[in-house]
Amino acid sequence: MKKLGVFICHCGVNIAGTVDVKSVAEKIGKTEDVAHSTDYIYMCSEPGQQIIREAIREKGLDGVVVACCSPNMHENTFRKAVKSQGMNPYLCEIANIREQCSWVHQKEKGEATRKAEEIIHATLEKVRKNESLEAIAVAVNRRVLVVGGGIAGITASLDLADGGYEVILLEREPALGGHMAQLSKTFPDLDPAFGGLLSKASEVEKHPKIQLHCYSELEDVKGFVGNFDLVIRQKATSVNGAKCTGCGLCIENCPVEYVSEFERGMGIRKAIDMPYPGSVPNKAVINRQHCRYFLDGSCHRCEEVCPEKAIDYDQEEERISEKVGAVVVATGYELYPKEQLGEYGYGEIPDVIDGLAFERMLAPNGPTKGKIVRPSDGKVPKEMVFIQCVASRDPDRYMPYCSRICCMYTAKHATIYKEQVPDGQPYIFYMDIRSDCKGYEEFLQKTIEEKGLLYLRGRVSRVFQDNGKVRVLGVDTLTGKMVEVAADMVVLATAIVPSPGVKELAAKLRATVDRHGFLTEAHIKLYPVESSTKGIYLAGCGQSPKDISDTVSQASATASKIQALLSTDKLLQDPLIAFVDEGICSGCGICVEICPYEAREMDSHRGISIVHSALCQGCGACIASCPNFACELRNSASNQILKMVDTFVT
Amino acid sequence: MKFSYFPGCTDHSSSLEYGLSTHEVFKALGVELVEIEDWNCCGAAATHSLNRLLSLCLPARNISKAQSAQAGPLAVPCAGCFSYLKRAENVLKNDEAGRKEIEEIVGFTYQPSLEILALVDVILNRIGLEKVQEKVKKPLNGLKVACYYGCALVRHPKITQLDDPENPQYLDRLMKSLGAEPVEWSYKVDCCGADLAMTYPKVVKKMVGKIVSMAKEAGAQCITTSCGLCQMNLEMRQDVGLPIFYFTELMGVALDVEKKENWWKRHLISPKGLLKSSGLL
Amino acid sequence: METMTSAGKVDSSFLKEVEKRSGEKLSLCYQCLKCTAGCPTAPYMDFRPNNIVRMIQMGMRKEVMESSAIWFCVYCQTCGTRCPNEIHIGILMDTLREMAMEEGFHAKEKNIHLFHEAFIHSVGRGGRAHEVTMLMEYMLKSRDLMADSLFPGVILFLKGKFPLLPSLVHGKEEIKKIFERCTKEK
Repeated sequence: MKKLGVFICHCGVNIAGTVDVKSVAEKIGKTEDVAHSTDYIYMCSEPGQQIIREAIREKGLDGVVVACCSPNMHENTFRKAVKSQGMNPYLCEIANIREQCSWVHQKEKGEATRKAEEIIHATLEKVRKNESLEAIAVAVNRRVLVVGGGIAGITASLDLADGGYEVILLEREPALGGHMAQLSKTFPDLDPAFGGLLSKASEVEKHPKIQLHCYSELEDVKGFVGNFDLVIRQKATSVNGAKCTGCGLCIENCPVEYVSEFERGMGIRKAIDMPYPGSVPNKAVINRQHCRYFLDGSCHRCEEVCPEKAIDYDQEEERISEKVGAVVVATGYELYPKEQLGEYGYGEIPDVIDGLAFERMLAPNGPTKGKIVRPSDGKVPKEMVFIQCVASRDPDRYMPYCSRICCMYTAKHATIYKEQVPDGQPYIFYMDIRSDCKGYEEFLQKTIEEKGLLYLRGRVSRVFQDNGKVRVLGVDTLTGKMVEVAADMVVLATAIVPSPGVKELAAKLRATVDRHGFLTEAHIKLYPVESSTKGIYLAGCGQSPKDISDTVSQASATASKIQALLSTDKLLQDPLIAFVDEGICSGCGICVEICPYEAREMDSHRGISIVHSALCQGCGACIASCPNFACELRNSASNQILKMVDTFVT
Repeated sequence: MKFSYFPGCTDHSSSLEYGLSTHEVFKALGVELVEIEDWNCCGAAATHSLNRLLSLCLPARNISKAQSAQAGPLAVPCAGCFSYLKRAENVLKNDEAGRKEIEEIVGFTYQPSLEILALVDVILNRIGLEKVQEKVKKPLNGLKVACYYGCALVRHPKITQLDDPENPQYLDRLMKSLGAEPVEWSYKVDCCGADLAMTYPKVVKKMVGKIVSMAKEAGAQCITTSCGLCQMNLEMRQDVGLPIFYFTELMGVALDVEKKENWWKRHLISPKGLLKSSGLL
Repeated sequence: METMTSAGKVDSSFLKEVEKRSGEKLSLCYQCLKCTAGCPTAPYMDFRPNNIVRMIQMGMRKEVMESSAIWFCVYCQTCGTRCPNEIHIGILMDTLREMAMEEGFHAKEKNIHLFHEAFIHSVGRGGRAHEVTMLMEYMLKSRDLMADSLFPGVILFLKGKFPLLPSLVHGKEEIKKIFERCTKEK
């Protein structure tokens, strides 16, 4: 007979406030093979673990159940504790009586206590049949894929590459930089963002350890932490990048103009163009949807003028296969479309623009060369309204969260506006001001003091066009007055939302997103840069709205986490994987087809299906699909599961 | 030791006993107070409400008189006068245009060397508590006192530069040195509303009522203060009968100086019962 | 609905004027309400100190000038001592009162105004404040003959604390000059 130990955690009042832990410990202690049953306020604490270690030593236990929180939290902690006493760690199991019992049954204390007992009994059944197992060592590919070439991806790539790791950097657009390339100056120091960004981007371009793929997307991913197989789709730029010198002759001569998205609709660009002036890489790209050669074959101007013969109309998109050990998702953000905001004019009022459009207006390389003018008539706006929290903090209709950067960039916008138009009056509608990072509050107070910004605490009810003006109706709750401003121009601080396509990308990576499409981290506090899928890491606004400082910090944190992961050749993996009863397997091959990790293969000699232990992630798909019940999962075998179910139904 | 002395208007009227006790105590301490010649009203506490310039020039004339007297630092008993003099001093010291304007109107040249000190500051930091203690003949043993500072001596701290504006201690320290027991309470710097004493007596009654009842709740048998307006207001607008002393009166009791009877009869709430029961009369 | 102005413009001239005259940086106010929280007379004001600052920012000259708040301030300086942005509301209130009188606004708290005036007049007459003549002037002008105001005066008189005759300075001419200059300067 086994000698089992049961250790019940109070988790402060989290468990003990609902479950009568003393009575549970006492009742479980009466089970025949339970040699030790006790409770303690925090089992995960050092004295708590000491109780477990001592019991193993003194009672000679050969199986342990810790009844506490989710195994995601402390399974590792307790397995390490039993291992220190010479017990095989896989003989220690967690009975989750917090998330699955006390938290959800706070109002039914008696029932919760009974359920906790049953959960522990079920887990005891599992432990009775558990085998001693050894961790599996898997070879690791020490290269990293970074998806997204904004400041997050650039930072993570450089940190990793400087640490000696090979990096593959993917960017969907033809050049690096992301939204940061659109910004004029940055808060809180009003530092021009562009120069610093470009120098980082060219570092990336030149770095011997970084393989840069712009105009590229991740088409397919297979594998798991340490061993991902990728297929990259490199779109056709129709320009031979090796030959193009970025001289710009083709752009000058191109006859086709269309509205530039980079300039947020306020400028035009050519069918062959640079992504933005001075972009990295500084190579021209043909937009085939606008180019006359591709539309009707009527124009060859660029090919004719290019001194380097770099134009390549026949270039085709490429599929590139790569292997990496870890992936950084740095996919960034987009602004909530103003076309969907009714009370702000549905995007139909030309002088109502969003924050990024105003950034382009302020940028010296932008459509107005940095001059603030009304898009409708080019006049300098004298009455300027800035509206914060547009579609942010509005759970009923739009986004419930705070977009975090708007308070500060609005203060920055109003400051720059006031510097450029000293006789103009900026009004800022706000709900409250969030200026919680280093130097932000000081920046804000200084600008209010020096620039005479008028902050109106309240929301705007309507924005409409009237006689050449944009009328803004709102309220100032500090005086309780309704206010109306006949503005010349309005800048909306619209909510940050995840970039389009993130959901599809996350699905490929088997990473999860929240209901707004932001990638979810493994733990908001303890594992903020890890996704819930091993080997997939997060950086930047794809995870949640954040400013440049936080983005760069998070990207560096991600890079250092990955360096730790890839610091060894071998990765230890849980041995809780599938195995095959060779006597029963008929070699039908259903498991081979169903396995998402390519861990199952037919052994044609023996006519059976085998398991590649390095590839198997223990997902259980093959076990469920095997018509002969020839597959089992280590330490979750059918007889164990059935015994556990029995506990609950009898 | 010698100080020039600015008695202020209420010295001859509403805070008669403040002036009388001050003179007796200083005599006992052997420190001379030289009243500045032909002083005028400093303007406290209403002038600033309607005429800022006047509220600076009136005290400035007294500063000019103190300068020419050359009788040492200017000691000011009344908190209101002190605050007005310090505000004028602040402009004279730190605002050149303001200084020129005042100098021109009053007709003098400001000398920054003149120190302006609250009377209590003189006692604590110039004469010193050791010297006071030496002279104590009748320690105020067991007398529970709430030390009330009010507004003008501690606020604004950058101008009065006297003590912590939220929890000042100088009166408490002085009372301890006399053997009394200062109580801990949190209304020692609350405003008593004296400015509105005549125009809004109901409002002031509430303000005073709060201060006095909180002192009583803290176990105080009496309140001591260094402000003429506060003393009058606290006596006039309370209805619990808690005696209000000028701190110099309690010093006078401890130093057992002469002619104290002359002070007690000026009080609206006679402190004699308390003094008797405490064995101090 | 109230419009900020017909042109949609806040009258920032009021803010600038008050800031200049008082020397207080009112645009720094972020409405933490520390001033109002500690103000002993705020419960009796029509607008609280923080509201007054906001109304100045919004250019509401008339409402500010005709408020009772500017008269209820007793200059205890609790606000100024605690303001995180170093705004001295006491000084601000002094400035507003002076401006209101100069601009001919009606004092919402007539009696407080009359009392302050009576005090200044009494100082102007002889160089030193004299309670009896001051109270006489106040009571006659305000017609405030309530027992609550009168009674303590009588008691103090009986206690020998309110002398009948004023104490006068010798330099009456100097005082007169100061009064003239300080009123003429404006």
